[in-house]
Amino acid sequence: MTAAILVSIFMTLAAAATPILLAALGELVTEKAGVLNLGVEGMMLCGAVAGFAVTYSTGSVPLGLLAATLAGVAAAMIFALLTLGLGSNQVATGLALTIFGIGASSLIGAGFVGRTITRLGPLFPADYAAHPWLRLVFGHDAIVYLSLALVLAVSLFLRRTKAGLILRAVGENADSAHAIGYRVLAIRTAATAFGGALAGLGGAYFSLALTPMWADRLTAGRGWIALALVVFAAWKPGRLLAGAYLFGAVATFELQAKAAGWSFIAPEVLAMTPYLATIVVLTMMSLGGRTGGRDAPACLGKPFPAS
Amino acid sequence: MTQPPDQTAPSRLALAHVSKSFPGVKANQDISLSVRPGEIHALLGENGAGKSTLVKIIYGVQRADEGQISFDGRPVEIASPKAARKLGIGMVFQHFSLFDGMTVLENIALGLDESVPAEELKARIKAILDSYSLPLDPDREVHTLSVGERQRIEIVRCLLQKPKLLIMDEPTSVLTPQEVERLFETLRQIAREGCSILYISHKLHEIKALCEAATILRAGRVVATCDPRTETTQHMAELMIGAELKHLQRPTSSKQGAARLSVERLDMPGEPPFGTSLKGISFSAHAGEILGIAGVAGNGQAELLLALSGEHLAGRADAIQLDGRPIGLADAGARRAAGLACVPEERNGHAAVPDFSLAENVVLTARHRLPLAPSGLIRQGPVERYAGEVIARFDVRTTGPAALAGSLSGGNLQKFIMGREIGQRPDVLVVAQPTWGVDAGAAAAIRQALVDLAAQGSAIVVISQDLDELLELSDRLCVINEGRLSPARPVAGLKLEEIGLLMGGVHGESHQAESAHA
Repeated sequence: MTAAILVSIFMTLAAAATPILLAALGELVTEKAGVLNLGVEGMMLCGAVAGFAVTYSTGSVPLGLLAATLAGVAAAMIFALLTLGLGSNQVATGLALTIFGIGASSLIGAGFVGRTITRLGPLFPADYAAHPWLRLVFGHDAIVYLSLALVLAVSLFLRRTKAGLILRAVGENADSAHAIGYRVLAIRTAATAFGGALAGLGGAYFSLALTPMWADRLTAGRGWIALALVVFAAWKPGRLLAGAYLFGAVATFELQAKAAGWSFIAPEVLAMTPYLATIVVLTMMSLGGRTGGRDAPACLGKPFPAS
Repeated sequence: MTQPPDQTAPSRLALAHVSKSFPGVKANQDISLSVRPGEIHALLGENGAGKSTLVKIIYGVQRADEGQISFDGRPVEIASPKAARKLGIGMVFQHFSLFDGMTVLENIALGLDESVPAEELKARIKAILDSYSLPLDPDREVHTLSVGERQRIEIVRCLLQKPKLLIMDEPTSVLTPQEVERLFETLRQIAREGCSILYISHKLHEIKALCEAATILRAGRVVATCDPRTETTQHMAELMIGAELKHLQRPTSSKQGAARLSVERLDMPGEPPFGTSLKGISFSAHAGEILGIAGVAGNGQAELLLALSGEHLAGRADAIQLDGRPIGLADAGARRAAGLACVPEERNGHAAVPDFSLAENVVLTARHRLPLAPSGLIRQGPVERYAGEVIARFDVRTTGPAALAGSLSGGNLQKFIMGREIGQRPDVLVVAQPTWGVDAGAAAAIRQALVDLAAQGSAIVVISQDLDELLELSDRLCVINEGRLSPARPVAGLKLEEIGLLMGGVHGESHQAESAHA
């Protein structure tokens, strides 16, 4: 019985961690190429509403996920056009993209408020996960497995492949990369698109898997947590995974505490815990994490060509 | 039908009437030159003469407005550096195109067009490092390396590609004489194997020793071509600057004044993991004297400069004394105010803020000595006047005090920074590589300004790897080796080879051993 409860808590934890992990992983790749896209929250909302709309209309969750990914890419391409194509300021444009995403998702989602869909189910048939411990391995939906596979893939891509090396080089010193002959803007656009795709997918995880019902501003600031996680993880995919699951644990604690009816902690304080945890962890990182190594890509947020 | 006589192979590289303009500047006008296969060809000219633009056109970084480029007899369009490398053109840049946060190995891999497995690449790099006796650890991150070591990465990166034409932009500016000689042997060997070399340098005696042909540029035009082996350096320098070269004027009386800067048993741990610890450094620099500190890069020069400038504080106040006052625990601003000025080795980002204008960069270091911001408010007039004076006196090629420091070429920024410090008439001036990247005419002007400053009673410490310069400038010379400083010896009577061996020969081996351990 206790095993079943523990497993169930972990399942909730993984589900809470997955959308943040996806969005943060996309942002990590974007930032490694030297682009600071603060519009993660906006791109997630675009993905969430596009995914919900398509799934609601067609009844197909896979189609919804595809639409969400494309919507995320589309939002990222607006950002790329402005910052990389026209040289606008990345911070300001990223904030604008978030505001745009909030507005666009409200507008498109207005007709869907309160509607429900059949949520994304577990990937494997139920009899694989009959035993609670097996459920831990086989009970998740496809996106959870995909997100874990992507962590491994991105990690290998950045460390082991020539393309990953070039992407990091563009984020480290865009002028040198250009001098050697790499197409800085094309590489940065591709990295931004990848970030948009994962943010869109992460957003859709909210509307198609976590709460299969449309509500305004469904992602509730998780895009900002994803941004903070990238810094927390020192731009390393493995640490990003740990950070996302840590955050998932805090969010799950909040839910469990509410469900258990702990009255000695005000519900408002409980609702703050995920965000408080983020601030505490970031502070501890910057106090204790000075190893002399340089974590952030040296050209992060700097325009190319420099004007 | 008569076959044209095959007396000569086609030129490896031929430029015909190449011109390139930027807004407001004609960087290259009607330039023609040709480089034979296996020839080492010098490209000579002052800062701003258009050499860098020309080689950027050859390497595909920039496009010519007019003119024709042929490679191995065929007309070519070089649209990008990648296209250049495909033709077989390699280039070692003056400003290294390196990625600080990455390892040597990753940096080299980035410069290759084909994908090579890391282990195989490492083996190939090791082979090149061994055959040219270059000590360098492939696994170290670039930001921990000295300027000299960084340059080796660029050279190895090019050699890996087995180029047909190698462009070297000021390759020897930070090497010791022994290292230069070794580099020249390498370059001669490369040339013997049939690769042409386009060699850009301000050091005329190097060009005389190495090159078989020279094209001299002035103000964007070719003013002469010559054979440097038969030409005098004096004449080449005059062709280059278009005027007669001034000799260093030294004051006749060589009296030694009181000690102005005294360092006593200065110890300082190096920054982990690769910093050099300073061990018991003692020296003094007297009024009216220029003290030279020679040594191979990475032997504690950077740490010594940081300790003297006040960026790293000494353990005790009396370890460093300025005119008898202990300043070992004073920070950099307090030391400047007290009269100790420093010029660090790294121009952009350390000696100057690249994104600030020249006028703003003046305020940053000169406000302690000059009334530029007496009550906290910047006085625009005096600031711009001072910046303008520096620009005029040291012939800095720029649009004016409002130009961004980062927009100046390396040599021009160097002239500006040297001028900014010398103009404040500090009591003690500590300089690393005073003429780095500066051409012959301007270097002579900087050296003259240093000698004049000393003649007015200041003490000057010059930390450099350029022994010729140290011997010309210094009254006394010491050598820094693995964080220890030798006693100072009067320069009169010292032999170049003697010092070179002291700084390079013995140290080279132990340095290699260190790299192997790391």
